[in-house]
Order: sequence, then C-alpha cells, then structure tokens
Amino acid sequence: MTDAKMVLMANQIASFFATQPGGDQAAGVAAHLKDFWEPRMLNQLKTYLGQGGEGLHALVVEAGQTL
Amino acid sequence: MKDFVIPWENGTGIQDDIDRGTPAKSGKPVTLTIDGMEITVPEGTSVMRAASDLGIQVPKLCATDSLEAFGSCRLCAVEIEGRRGTPASCTTPVHAGMKVHTQTDKLRRIRKGVMELYISDHPLDCLTCSANGDCELQDMAGAVGLRDVRYEAPKNAPLANHFEARNTSGEANPEWLPKDDSNPYFSYDPSKCIVCNRCVRACEEVQGTFALTIEGRGFDSRVAVGAENFLASDCVSCGACVQACPTATLQEKSVIEMGTPDRSVVTTCAYCGVGCSFKAEMQGDQLVRMVPYKHGKANRGHSCVKGRFAYGYATHKDRILSPMVRDSVDQPWREVSWGEALSFAAKKLVGLQEKYGQKSIGVITSSRCTNEETYLVQKLTRAVFGNNNTDTCARVCHSPTGYGLGQTFGTSAGTQDFDSVEHSDVVVVIGANPTDGHPVFASRLRKRLREGAKLIVVDPRRIDLLETPHLNESHHLPLKPGTNVAVVSALGHVIVTEGLYDQDFIAERCDVDAWEDYKAFISDERHSPEATEALTGVPAAKLREAARAYAQGGNGAIYYGLGVTEHSQGSTTVMAIANLAMMTGNIGRKGVGVNPLRGQNNVQGSCDMGSFPHELPGYRHVKLPEVRKIFADTWGVELDAEPGLRIPNMLDAAVDGTFKGLYCQGEDILQSDPDTKHVAAGLAAMECVIVHDLFLNETANYAHVFLPGSSFLEKEGTFTNAERRINRVRKVMAPKNGYEDWEVTQLLANAVLKETGGKPWSYAHPAEIMAEIAATTPSFAGVDYTVLEEKGSVQWPCNEEHPDGTPLMHVDGFVRGKGRFIVTEYIATDEKSGPRFPLLLTTGRILSQYNVGAQTRRTENSVWHDQDVLEIHPHDAENRGLRDGDWVRLASRSGETSLRVKITDRVSPGVVYTTFHHPDTQANVITTDYSDWATNCPEYKVTAVQVSPSNGPSEWQERYNAQAEQSRRIEAAE
Repeated sequence: MTDAKMVLMANQIASFFATQPGGDQAAGVAAHLKDFWEPRMLNQLKTYLGQGGEGLHALVVEAGQTL
Repeated sequence: MKDFVIPWENGTGIQDDIDRGTPAKSGKPVTLTIDGMEITVPEGTSVMRAASDLGIQVPKLCATDSLEAFGSCRLCAVEIEGRRGTPASCTTPVHAGMKVHTQTDKLRRIRKGVMELYISDHPLDCLTCSANGDCELQDMAGAVGLRDVRYEAPKNAPLANHFEARNTSGEANPEWLPKDDSNPYFSYDPSKCIVCNRCVRACEEVQGTFALTIEGRGFDSRVAVGAENFLASDCVSCGACVQACPTATLQEKSVIEMGTPDRSVVTTCAYCGVGCSFKAEMQGDQLVRMVPYKHGKANRGHSCVKGRFAYGYATHKDRILSPMVRDSVDQPWREVSWGEALSFAAKKLVGLQEKYGQKSIGVITSSRCTNEETYLVQKLTRAVFGNNNTDTCARVCHSPTGYGLGQTFGTSAGTQDFDSVEHSDVVVVIGANPTDGHPVFASRLRKRLREGAKLIVVDPRRIDLLETPHLNESHHLPLKPGTNVAVVSALGHVIVTEGLYDQDFIAERCDVDAWEDYKAFISDERHSPEATEALTGVPAAKLREAARAYAQGGNGAIYYGLGVTEHSQGSTTVMAIANLAMMTGNIGRKGVGVNPLRGQNNVQGSCDMGSFPHELPGYRHVKLPEVRKIFADTWGVELDAEPGLRIPNMLDAAVDGTFKGLYCQGEDILQSDPDTKHVAAGLAAMECVIVHDLFLNETANYAHVFLPGSSFLEKEGTFTNAERRINRVRKVMAPKNGYEDWEVTQLLANAVLKETGGKPWSYAHPAEIMAEIAATTPSFAGVDYTVLEEKGSVQWPCNEEHPDGTPLMHVDGFVRGKGRFIVTEYIATDEKSGPRFPLLLTTGRILSQYNVGAQTRRTENSVWHDQDVLEIHPHDAENRGLRDGDWVRLASRSGETSLRVKITDRVSPGVVYTTFHHPDTQANVITTDYSDWATNCPEYKVTAVQVSPSNGPSEWQERYNAQAEQSRRIEAAE
C-alpha cells in the first residue's frame, strides 16, 4: 500500500487509543498493530519509521519501538 | 395450504405440519373433554386447537393457525354442554370441565348448509383448478359430506354469482372480475374467492403491511389492494396471503404451471441473515415452490419476496456448469474437465508460492456458503497454503461488530434470539433498514410495535419502519452520515447526566473502574445533545426524548446494521452501543440486548468458522500457541502464528506485487467492495485468480480459473443466522455442476496437496466436517447433524454446559467476566464534503434485490427494481435543475458513474442515497478506500459527492461494460 494510506491507517488507530484513559496508549497501539496487521504491513511501517516516520501520530512512533 | 402430515420423516427435517386452526397460547393448564376424550391445554387455547391436539380436525375455512381466530365462516361450529347455540370453536376459548361435541346431527346440518352456500358461489371446475388436491374448500366439501347444491336461478333471471364471466345469455356478468396476474409470482383470481379474510388478516397480522382490505358489504364484498392491481399496490409480495388462502384465489404461478408438489424437504433460505426455514416443495428434482416452515424458529412461518419466490437464479441459463480456464484475462474462457481445471489451478498456486513466497496467495470465504464450506476454505489457506491469508465478506460489513462487542462483552455474538422482540418495550434501530434488509424480522418487530412498543430510529433516511401502520410512539433522529459516535454518545450523555442509568446492574455486572472512567468522560458537556446538534443535525430536544424513552421505557432492545459498522469509526459506534445497553441494564434477559442484523445468510457462520486472518475457528487469535496446537494436531501441520492479510490489504499487496494468487468462493469483490478501480487494479495484478461461483460475476472478469458452484438447493450443510442459530441446509436436487461446493474445495486442496506431496483430505459428507468443527471449537462442541435433526436448530454456544444451545447471551455474567465500558470519543472521518463534492452519499439495499444482485437480478424481482437510482432531496435537486427520472452524473474523488435520479424528502438536504445491486451502475466506483480504524471495514456509508445533470452512462461505464463483455467470452467447444 502507499505510505500515505499506511500513515492514515496507523494514525486512525492511534487516534482511538489516544482518547483512552490510563497511561498505556502506545502499548494499546502496538498490541492492536501486532494483532491485526500482517507482517509485510508491519515491516512497511517499521521501514517508514526508520526513514523518519513523517506524518505519523506520536503514539505510532512510540508503539513502533516495541514492534 | 396443503398439510404434509409426515411426523419426523427421516432426512427431510419435517415435523408435524398440521394446521391447528388458531395460534398456540401460553397459560395455566385447563382440562376439558372433547367428544368424550380428555385433553389439557394452556388457558386461552381455542376449542378448535384443543380438538386438533386430540387429533380431531373440526371443519374450518376462515381459521388457520398463523392468524388469530376470526369466526366468520361458521363451519367450525360445535356444541358445548350447558351452552345454548352452536358457538364457533375457533373463537371459543377452553374452560375447565367444558364438554364439547364436534360431530352431531345438528352440526352436520349446519355445516352442510354453510358449505352449500359457499359452493353456490364457487366454480365447480375442481379437476382443472390449480388448487386441485390442495384446496381447503374442496377438502371441507368432502369433510361435511356435501352432495348437491340446491340453489337455482330464479325464472327469467340468472343466479347472481362472482365466477361466471358471462351468463347463459352471453351477457357480461357485472359481478365477475378478471384475474390479476400483475405480480410475477402469484395470481389473484377473484372468481374463486370465498371472502374468508385470511389474506387480509395475513397481510395485517403476519406481514404488517396492510396492503389488502375487504371492500363492499355482503354480496359485494371483495378482496381489494387499494390500487389498480397487486403490482401497483403496497403489496411487498411476501407470500403471506398466498400461504393463507384456502382456495386457488391466491396461487403461486409455479403451481399453476407445474401442478402440486409431491414431497417436501425443510431447508434454510440463502438470502439475508434472518435465516428463515422453508419447505422446498418438490416434484421429483424440480422445485415447485418454497413455503415458509412454521416450525422454523427464526421466521415462525413467515417469509419475504426473496426467500419465498426469488429462487429462479438457481436454474438460470447464466449458470456456468463446466470448469473453465485461461492463461490471461484478455483471452476467452476455455471449458475443460474438472481434473484439468484443478490441476491448472494447483500448479499455478504452487508455482506462485515457489516464486513469490508462502504468503503470496490466499482465499476469500463466502458468507453465502455453508459453515462446512467456509471452514474448509480457511483450512485450505492455513493448512495447505501455510499462511493465514483468509478473509470473508464480513470484513466489509460486520467486522467492527466482532471487534466492538468483543472488547465490551467478550464476544461478537448478537445477544438475543428473534423471539426476544416479542418482549421488548422500546426498540432502537440504528443504521439498519429491516423492512428491506431483514424483512421477516421487520414483520415480527412491526407486530410488537403495533402492540405498543416504542420505536427509536437513528438513520439519515426516513426508513419504512417509521411508516409502520398503527405505530405507537416513535422517534426519528435523522443524523448526518458519519456522526454515529457523536449521536450514540450523546444518548449516553443524557442517560448518565440525568441519572437514568442502572447503578445496580453496573455495580454487579460491569468493570466499575472502567465505568467510572466512562462516566467522567461522557458527562462532559461536549457530548451533550446541545453541543453536538450542529455537528450531527439531530435536534437536541428530540435526542433527549429518545434517550429518556430508551432508558426509562422498560425492556430496551437495540438492533443495528451496516449503517453503524461501515464507517471510519464503525468499531467505536459498536462500543458506544454496547455502553448504552450496559448502562441501562438492558442485557441478559428477554426483550433487551444488542443485536447486529447480519447482511447475508451465513455472515455469522463464516466469522465463527475462522474466516478472519487473525482468528482460528471460534474467534481465537492465531498468536495463541494452545489454540494453534488444537488445529495443528487435527490437521497434522504446523500453523502460521502471524495474522494474514485482510481483503483490502490483499488488494494493496497485489498492487505492490507481493500477493499473486486468490481463491475466491462465492464472493464478487469487484462489485461489492469499495473503490472499484482499486479492486480492479489489485485483481489485474494477480497471476492466478480462481473464482468459484454460480455465475461469471464481475470479479470473474479478472479470473484465470472458474470453478462452477452449487446452489443452496444442491448441497448439504448448515447456515448460522444473526441469532447464532445453526440451521440445516438440505440437498433437494443433485448439483447441476456435478459437485457440492465443499467437494470442490476439497478437490482443489487435494490437487494442491498432490503437487506438494501432502496427505489428501477425505471428507465424505459435511457431517464429518461439522464433527471436526465440534471437536476443535468449544462453542460448537455439542453440535452435530443428529442433534440438528432432533432439535431442528440450535444456537451456539452449544456444548456440555448448554446442551440445548443458548438463546440469550450474558444472562448471569458477560462472556469476558465483567462488562467493560469503553470511552468513545467522536473523531470526524477524513471524508468530508466541500466545494467540489458538497453532498454526502450513503448506500443501502432494497427489499426486492440482494447485495450485488447476482441472484435476484436473475429473477422476476427486477420488476420492482430494475436499476439503481439516486435519491436526492427536492432542494438539492432544484439547485441542480434536476427532474425526477433524469440521468445524473454522480462523482466522488474516487470515480464517477451515472444513474437516474429520484427526488424524495426521505433523505435530508445534503444527503443522497443509492443501492449497489446493479453492475451497470457500479455504485462502488464512487466509494472510497477509507475504512474503520480497527478492522479496515470500508466506509461505504459516507462519501463526499457531487451530482450534476448527465445524458446517460459515463464513459467509464461504457468502457467497463465493453471490457466485461470481452472478458466473458467462452471459446466454442471443438
């Protein structure tokens, strides 16, 4: 998929977890990604993060460290 | 209707099918004596029904057990000791100690007299009548011993009657009316009508449409439709009147043409998620008619136009019966043997995995196919292809239900059975249009609404449910598309801030910490109806009234559809709905609950069977080693521990060049999935697309292998409906393509295993597949074909703990333990209207057509809907200079199409609506690739569009049609 679409999808997930109470929002994002994203999608995200992760929600960036 | 008295006929599923005259009642036991025999029945039961329970059939004409007693024909008169006269047994309730006589000389004389009067105005053409052998009037004439009719015409004047077109002098009879053949499926012949009122009562009591009435009085009484003919009337062709008619007056055209059936097999409808039980009535292997089965627990003897009549697609000339292959999609199809097609497909699939990797191919299972077939398709990818690339069309409909209810309740299952609605006091319908999408459930709901239940509808359109005759209190919250979360949260805000929540239920049944978080969140003023009114378009006062009605009105039940799920916040709305039910304590008993109305016949089952790429059967994540071990041990292979690709991800990966092969069973993703151009690009990028279907559907335009499918009439299996009810599908004719679909999947698996050296599958019957499902999936542990034969159907969980199944979920506790409130912040979709695309398009379906129309377009149902039209508000139409019926161009940032316009105030200004049943329109050219944040369920329900005048089909449509035609060529056999 295009990076733009991937960023949109990842940010949608982050936007949900950002509204949730408690301090583990990034863990929520990471768990969701691991549960539902196929490895090649996760790899694309990790590669994109490695290139700077432009446009990604802060929670996705934080979650990316645990993927 | 003809009674098939075949108790427990082996293999047909038929139970006692006698018409007992009046409906069953529940009440304390009452004992009485009928014809010297003692019987105990529930209080409220009619004498007629009590007699029937004893095996005594009191003669009757106006009574039938699907309708309340009417007492008009007087044929069912009985004598009761100590009472004067001869009361009608249908309208006389039983009393303790009552002594009834059903056969006396006096009664015989009365009945003969009654029958003589009926027959005096009825043609005596029994031998050539279409109801010959299936006519209650004929039966009753025999039962009462009618031997002659004494009424004669007076001298010099004809006898007035309704059945002779001309009198003996050749003059036209003013009382005679011609047949009405306007309905494609049944005819109305007034000359045979005995004005028993059964059709009128069926339309009112069973269907709830009130399309029929009796006009005139006395001899002039006639059944009337309030329009020129049946087709032009409000009639929705559900067949309830035909079912109720005791004569040939309302008769299926198929019976008129073919004659009466000689055998009957109970099976399950293959249309929507209501899952109605039908008797397939047969002559040999020819289907004469489908009749709703009164012991069917989902439909209780009712039907809609699709299940009852629209089965002609199964024998349509468009069906492809031979396998076909081609090397590339620009070539014509080549008919080949099954062996060649399977070998061709297997070699391609294996080759792709060798070249592009194990994860380069996958499958799409079908919600139209059986549980057993779906189970095998997902097994094919997990156990044979060695990956988890399986998905199903539930991805594009109810996947957010799976996520949302799973997070809040612990399971995605709908909480109630359909009978539950009979106990509801307030019914909330959100983003669903039951009268069109789930018509038989809608009839059951309408019955409850007529009894006084309140209705709350949250929908951008004024749906037909709001027009229910004799509707009591109703609330319509016409929200702007895309604002579901804001509206449902505002309902929660009112309930919480006005103190209308059920503190005891929450304290006992829910996670209290999560509740406190939620309570603090939802109490914030930004969620109030006043704060959200400008955003949602729902007047605050109306929303408050609706919230109070739901919270304070007694048993509150929520039913919802794809208007909830198919949004970028679909999963969040599902969670918001679950929150509402939990905070009001509306969970765990009859009349309440959260009920997703599933779109297709086996959406529930296809999800249960492990069709999703992250879950094995029974909704257990593939990451769990203990679950993988169960299947690895059963299948004898190691399983992939990482989730596979979902449908949209498969298409993205195909465009990226990493996903190359697809086996697609019973799905037409090119027409049904959003952003058609992207779907086409994905399919075009694949090197092996295998379509397994009844027809060369739109997806097949991009296929390399076509494996012909079998219809639901041609196979054994089970479907699971929206209430988790597992119902048998029974084979009534041999598969026209040679194989049942589960056999085709097994053949394909074995062809691949032959290439890879694996051990072949060897299922001999779907019962063996169900046995494997039961052995591996705890919620199905108690399900087998013997149980289904005995019980008719069961609702899962069905296991040691619940041997009879589970009609109601979460009765003593939630599946996850404590119910979990989840904060549901409204986040606007990125799909926004603006200067270029100022209107919001939302899509849905119509009663007579079904999804992509592959089935219903190949039936006479198209007389009601032969093309998709665009509904637009008069203001928006006027601004654009549009007149009703004009061609318009409908454009979004994804694409454009053309269709005709219908001007109506059912949609609000700023909103347009269309259906997606016709490939000529291709409404999904317009929809975008935005999707639900949690599940990737497409956002079908919100697309920013512009509408402008047009001269006809767009260039794209013409190009598409040309390409489709080219792609469907089949090479002439040598």
